Amino acid sequence: MKIYPILTTAAALAVAAGGAVSAQTLEEVRERGHLNCGVSPGVTGFSNPDDEGNWSGFDVEVCRAVAAAVLEDADAVRYTPLSNTERFTALQSGEIDMLSRTTTRTLNRDTALGLNFAPVMFYDGQGFMVRQDMGVSSVLELDGATVCTSAGSTTELNLADYFEANGMSYEPVRFDRADEVLAAYDAGRCDVYTSDRSGLAARRLVMTNPAEHVMLPETISKEPLAPAVRHGDDQWFDIVTWTVYALIEAEEYGVTQGNVDEMANSENPNIARMLGAEGSPVGEWIGLDNKWVHRAIAAVGNYGEIFERHVGPNTPLEIERGMNALHTNGGLQYAMPFK
Amino acid sequence: MTDTLTPPPLKAPSTVIGPLDWIRKNLFPDWRQGLLTIVVLWLLVRTVPPLIDWLFLDAAWAGDRDDCVAASGACWAFVNARWGQFIYGFYPVEHRWRVDLSMLTLVASIAVLFLPRVAHKGWIITGSFVALPVICFALLHGGPIGLEIVPTDRWGGFMLTLVVAVAGMLGALPIGILLALGRRSQMPAIRIFCVTFIELFRAVPLITVLFMASVMLPLFMPQGFSMDKLLRALIGVALFNGALMAEVVRGGLQAIPKGQFEAATASGMGYWKMMIFVVLPQALRTVIPGLVNTYVAIIKDTTLVLIIGLFDLLGIVQAGIASSDWLAPSVTTSGYVFAGFGFWALCFSLSRYSMYLEGKLNTGRQR
Amino acid sequence: MPVSRDLGPMAAPKPAFWTRSRIRSVLVQFGFVVLLVLLIQFLLANTMQNLARQGIASGFGFLENRAGFDIAIAFLDFDRNGTYLDAFWTAIVNTLVLATLGIALATLLGFMIGLARVSPNWLISRLAAVYIETFRNIPLLLQLFFWYFAILRPLPGPRQSFDVAGTVFLSNRGLYMPKPLLDSGAQLALLALVVGLIFALFMARSARRHRAATGNSVAVAHWWLIGLVGLPVLTWFATGASVEMSIPSLQGFNFRGGMVILPEMLAALLGLSIYIAAAVGEIVRSGIQGIDHGQTEAAQAMGHTRGQIMRYVVIPQAMRIIIPPLTTQYQSLAKNTSLASAIAFPEIISIIAGTTLTQTGQAMETIALAMLFYLTVSLFIAAVMNFFNWRVMRRSF
Repeated sequence: MKIYPILTTAAALAVAAGGAVSAQTLEEVRERGHLNCGVSPGVTGFSNPDDEGNWSGFDVEVCRAVAAAVLEDADAVRYTPLSNTERFTALQSGEIDMLSRTTTRTLNRDTALGLNFAPVMFYDGQGFMVRQDMGVSSVLELDGATVCTSAGSTTELNLADYFEANGMSYEPVRFDRADEVLAAYDAGRCDVYTSDRSGLAARRLVMTNPAEHVMLPETISKEPLAPAVRHGDDQWFDIVTWTVYALIEAEEYGVTQGNVDEMANSENPNIARMLGAEGSPVGEWIGLDNKWVHRAIAAVGNYGEIFERHVGPNTPLEIERGMNALHTNGGLQYAMPFK
Repeated sequence: MTDTLTPPPLKAPSTVIGPLDWIRKNLFPDWRQGLLTIVVLWLLVRTVPPLIDWLFLDAAWAGDRDDCVAASGACWAFVNARWGQFIYGFYPVEHRWRVDLSMLTLVASIAVLFLPRVAHKGWIITGSFVALPVICFALLHGGPIGLEIVPTDRWGGFMLTLVVAVAGMLGALPIGILLALGRRSQMPAIRIFCVTFIELFRAVPLITVLFMASVMLPLFMPQGFSMDKLLRALIGVALFNGALMAEVVRGGLQAIPKGQFEAATASGMGYWKMMIFVVLPQALRTVIPGLVNTYVAIIKDTTLVLIIGLFDLLGIVQAGIASSDWLAPSVTTSGYVFAGFGFWALCFSLSRYSMYLEGKLNTGRQR
Repeated sequence: MPVSRDLGPMAAPKPAFWTRSRIRSVLVQFGFVVLLVLLIQFLLANTMQNLARQGIASGFGFLENRAGFDIAIAFLDFDRNGTYLDAFWTAIVNTLVLATLGIALATLLGFMIGLARVSPNWLISRLAAVYIETFRNIPLLLQLFFWYFAILRPLPGPRQSFDVAGTVFLSNRGLYMPKPLLDSGAQLALLALVVGLIFALFMARSARRHRAATGNSVAVAHWWLIGLVGLPVLTWFATGASVEMSIPSLQGFNFRGGMVILPEMLAALLGLSIYIAAAVGEIVRSGIQGIDHGQTEAAQAMGHTRGQIMRYVVIPQAMRIIIPPLTTQYQSLAKNTSLASAIAFPEIISIIAGTTLTQTGQAMETIALAMLFYLTVSLFIAAVMNFFNWRVMRRSF
């Protein structure tokens, strides 16, 4: 009887603050007027707040694209920075509507953790970074090394498996938060820093002296990084899935942020349909209006543009397209047809 | 006894004459103590000047990371550059006046505590502390009174530390009082519940309670019901500290003589009337120092919210330390020293206040 | 929420069993229990529904699965092929070791600070005051971060480590020390040490009894010497006096062999004990100052030295004031080991509520396990300290 009034008061407060919401994610998001998106707490190039707390980066663009498609406003997003431990429960509990946070798609997460993964935004793999003066040129020379890694990631499991398979030992130093891993490695606590290669590239930039550190050539795992939503809401899953495909498809058809308005009237029936020309069923099928793809691309550009803007060769991260090139260029990015 | 630094209050008349005599008596009473004094003095001479050099003389007071790397001392330029963030978090610059105004309101409510004896002082205090959270929430969050809404994910820094601490204090007190009353209730069902609640929350670390609030509370709620992350953390902090406070309040309740209860019952007062007008005012008065000490603990505990991803003062200093434009060894140490000093100033002044109150309460009773 | 106005012991004898207030009390309690049950049911139903909708399995079956991660500091043998349950045990032992060492160190340091605080030496007493006021007014989490990075940053890498005679090495990988390899002779010597300790304790006790009975003190120092030094050394020589040490040496990236205190352990231990020692110091001070000055003066009049007065008159009595708040501080230290997870010390929160939670997704089960563990530890400390308190109170004068 003591706890009950507290809980009901708190509940009333929360409802008043957050607005009453119904069962479907799409409805919830529309009524709320903004999208709740879970991101990494600061990885350069992927999701990073500036001094005023405005988020930008590769992962952030996915949230913006979905917000543009659903709410007609790419800025109607609230970002929740999540640690490794929190990210899945935040999604399960409904605190966020989608997770766009360098998260690897795995069987365990897809099933036992109650997630659904949208198409892969970034094909990555686990790499190793060491100090140049150690004179190491291969992971296989790392027997006995001290390794800094983040807790609760696929990274820490891959690491154990790889060292086991090669009969090597190591000493793990494990933090929950990525910035603590970085600080510990930078302070010399570890010989090796292991994470997704993209994450290593991002974090090398913020080391005291980036030039002192080198990446080892081996990639020891597959890390398909994909946005995720909760199990059990198929419509919302479709929206996030096809927003990602739309970004990729747009690149394939040459639709860019700059030319999307004129491309909407394209002679090519595929492009016209995707961008919601007269009589196109893309809105009706997915439960949004016809212009949702148009808005998403107008807001963030196509996949290639996003890549170039945040992580590509002309950014400080200097990541090549590689596996993330379109399938037509020998990469793995392949959108399902908008038909 | 306003100051526990001075040993027993009643001393024999001083026989010490002049500073030299004082030094002999207090620093060199015998050869062993004298030796100790010399060793300690030598250690102080070895450590204090370099510390002062590091803190002040060799420190970089302005500039960017390169200036700090060049300087051999602390990096106050970092604190300087990030000052706004340390105080306001990500609160929009054009709305920061709202935070300032809330802080002023808080200071005003505290000033009420120092009012000289006026009529209804108790009610004025109670009223101002009921109004405080309402006013501050309206100011900080905005909404009903026409201010633009600033969502809680933009709150941070010292301001968030204050929000968590004040909400924890104000929330924990009523919970603690109810639990303490329940623990002494004659009704077994209520007593058992309160004892279990208190002992359970006292036995586990705050971290697990915060984890529960941030990770599990949403799972307990019906589908589609969402609660602000900060609000959940506040509930966790208030429940946890409510249990601690219940034990402090219980001490006060036990100190009330039985005659008070009997007199109140005899004059026809009901349970609540008796508690509110007779027992609690006396009980709470005696435990004020204990309550203030619990408040100091709450302020120190606010740092734990960084583990569930809220940026309090320590959290935002840490984020600054790890940012690309400031990563350097002296920045790390300076950041922690700055945050440490901030917390120290708050907690130290509060614990001094508690000692002052203790002294004041004691003189009242000494006659 | 109306609670009974019936105040049991003070109420006059009632003429009938079912008075109005008694009926009301029963009704109120009934209503309370019903509401509580409804609330719990409501929460449980929501939880079940939420988990079922997302297809998340519940239960503790996951504890049998292979963990697949390693733990750097493990006082139990644990490797990646162990189960989550093994990891849980490892985390429990790690936490308990940290808490025990922390309590020992905090007590030692705290008593030193407390005694320094009441020292007649002005300088010492002031320094102790500065220590107390500094460390108890800064959040522990901040202190842990500070020590971790303050320890880590200035230490050299393993190849440039400071060393003492090539056997003890200090670097940012930790403090490496030689570890005695226990052959059968050394094990016997250890056994002899334990036997010697028991023997010396026994002799000291009978000496105390003798003094209590007759008033004459008996020297016991030689018994301690024989028990703790003579017996083990004799056994060691008798069994061949072999010295075999595993001395750490730099191989590849790190030291191999010997024993090690990792920086995480060192920082966690330092941070915890320095923080709690400030509170303990304050408790010891108020305990000592709580003893009537007449006691000290009486002892002085009988010609006892300051050390003797402290040891035989003041501290035994002060212990009665000291023990109850000391219990709270010990419990607080045990609970605060959870903060060491923030500096990568693998304790319960880090292993169970961190890694295991994320790898398995079992939020409810893992956090429940962690809470259960802390509950047990708190109750255990309370029980032990109550026993001590009972012992101290029983030894009345």
